Amino acid sequence: MVVILDRVSFRINGTPILTDVSAVVPTGAVTGLLGPNGAGKSTLLRLIAGLETADAGGIELDGEHVGGARVGVRAGARAGVLSALSRRDTARRVALLEQNAAPSVDLTVREVVLLGRIPHRSRVLGSFGGDDDHRVAEESLAMVGGSNLADRAWHTLSGGEQQRAQIARALAQRPSLLLLDEPNNHLDVSAQLGLLGQVRGLCAGAGSGSSAAADSGLGTGTESGSGSKSGSGLTAIIALHDLNLAAAFCDQILLLHRGRLVAAGTPEEVLRPSTIAMVYGVDCDVIPHPRGGHPVIVFSPAGAPGFASALTDDRHGRGQA
Amino acid sequence: MIRVVLQQAERTAAQSHRGAARVRYLGWLVLSILALVLTAGIAVTIGPADVSLTDVTASLAGHLGLPGAAEVAPLTDSIVWQLRLPRVLTAAAVGAGLALSGAVMQSVTRNPLADPYLLGLSSGASLGAVCVIILGVAVALPAAAFLGALAALVATLSIARAGGTITPGRAVLSGLAIAQLGGAGTSFIIFWAAKGDSYREILNWLLGSLAGSSWSSVAISVSALVLVGAGIVLSATRLDAFTFGDTAAASLGIDVNRTRWILLGAVALLTGAMVAVSGAIGFVGLILPHLVRGLSGPGHRRLLPLTVVLGALFLILADTVARTVFDPRELPVGIITALIGVPVFIVLIKSRKAAAWS
Repeated sequence: MVVILDRVSFRINGTPILTDVSAVVPTGAVTGLLGPNGAGKSTLLRLIAGLETADAGGIELDGEHVGGARVGVRAGARAGVLSALSRRDTARRVALLEQNAAPSVDLTVREVVLLGRIPHRSRVLGSFGGDDDHRVAEESLAMVGGSNLADRAWHTLSGGEQQRAQIARALAQRPSLLLLDEPNNHLDVSAQLGLLGQVRGLCAGAGSGSSAAADSGLGTGTESGSGSKSGSGLTAIIALHDLNLAAAFCDQILLLHRGRLVAAGTPEEVLRPSTIAMVYGVDCDVIPHPRGGHPVIVFSPAGAPGFASALTDDRHGRGQA
Repeated sequence: MIRVVLQQAERTAAQSHRGAARVRYLGWLVLSILALVLTAGIAVTIGPADVSLTDVTASLAGHLGLPGAAEVAPLTDSIVWQLRLPRVLTAAAVGAGLALSGAVMQSVTRNPLADPYLLGLSSGASLGAVCVIILGVAVALPAAAFLGALAALVATLSIARAGGTITPGRAVLSGLAIAQLGGAGTSFIIFWAAKGDSYREILNWLLGSLAGSSWSSVAISVSALVLVGAGIVLSATRLDAFTFGDTAAASLGIDVNRTRWILLGAVALLTGAMVAVSGAIGFVGLILPHLVRGLSGPGHRRLLPLTVVLGALFLILADTVARTVFDPRELPVGIITALIGVPVFIVLIKSRKAAAWS
């Protein structure tokens, strides 16, 4: 799914949260959304998911407007051409996982994943012949390697297993776009790598070769990218705090600072010492990864804010070099 | 190829597992309905005057105009038809309505302690009802009780709200204050009007009693249960969507605020109708959904129907105990539900998961 952000602005009680954010996310890409706390990452994800409506500007998913249009003249003119997606339509295309969600009652993993089928059920009774829902749920769980978790109770799962179950729930929505808000919170390093590797694999799988297995009807695509509608690959936008994980797993990076998009592009283009110094106020060096070649950010404690102001000039000097 | 076969086998196994779960659930549902009908029948026979189950069926058949109705003594017939049957049916409808209200509130507020009684709705409804009955405010009784319940609900949730969220603990504390206020208001109005045995009447409103049940009580409670309850049961899937909170519900395509207020409005309506005929009976809405989840699982499409049936069964039993233990005097039924409900409340508070509620 192609996501187009067109000069998106959003305020809460007059305080600007996002200002003039424009970007394009291509189909099949894993996009990292970076920025310090309060930069507007979560808000941008909520806007893309249609949970909030932009004050100005517009968001298009494969050419369709998201959210009810609280529009200016420009967006109004566009709304005449493009159809706007309802909440429910959006839920069939976009799955959003927020930070640290926990269920109010103890569910099994299977029941958690089945919740993802809600947007596809009839409004009133829901489907009672739920075999199709169960099949999709099992496939989704298999896609995150969690088939063995199906009958486990939520509270018995580790943090990493809970996140996998959550992603399976999101996949059960059969989305074209997956939005993850800091999915690595509270995960150990192996679970962090595993999770992002899985998302990476889902996007690559949906974008390319595995469609043959899904179309053939064999194996029902349990290991392929059949979670997306045929012809449109799974696309992911992930809000992250860890710059190195973003550099390792993302195709492109959007860097937010105080509600504005300050840099966009490949990890190599965005993650430069000068940019990082400007946005995060820390001193760092960027070196190529010895094996992958992607950028690795090495932080210098001496450059921490308030640590030694004398270093500030030096830091800027090096950043521009 | 082998992998495909294995996957097929796994899927078949999973399907039969699900099939077994479905059969088990339907078994519980059928069993509960049978138990409800039987209990209702037996409850009608219990009381100071001797009535047999045959008398009950014969009286019913006579009034419903069924062919081949046996003769019943006129006195027995009027005991069954005018006194006990309306009372048992009211108890069933009230129990079902309160249990359903509790299940919905627990879901949309994500609060395992939510219940019309603990969050103050029942005393708000009592106050509304007493205003009509004693002060003669010119509003229909269920409408006044509904307005009272709605006002109490809005008050409780606004007091509990802090920083955009409502924690279960704060909700219960706010509910406590509102419940006290509603109870005090109810008592004051009855005492002030002071006709007849005001203490008895105060007790009946505060602790709940089905002693005055008539066919008009049946009409109010059953019609509320059928109309509002049907709407709620049809919204089961939407209730499921709230399991992981508002954002998750919204990203599953639910209009969160609208859905929540419609459902809470329905709960106020249901609670109002039930309190109007029975006073504020506590703990039914709290404990029934928790007990039923053990049988049905957490999904609302299974939880809600079974909660309705077992809520009805529970209150018939409680009311039968209330009117027989100190025969010929009657206990307010709320004493019985509290005796059963408070231990369950304690278990919930002490449970492992409760740490996350505060």
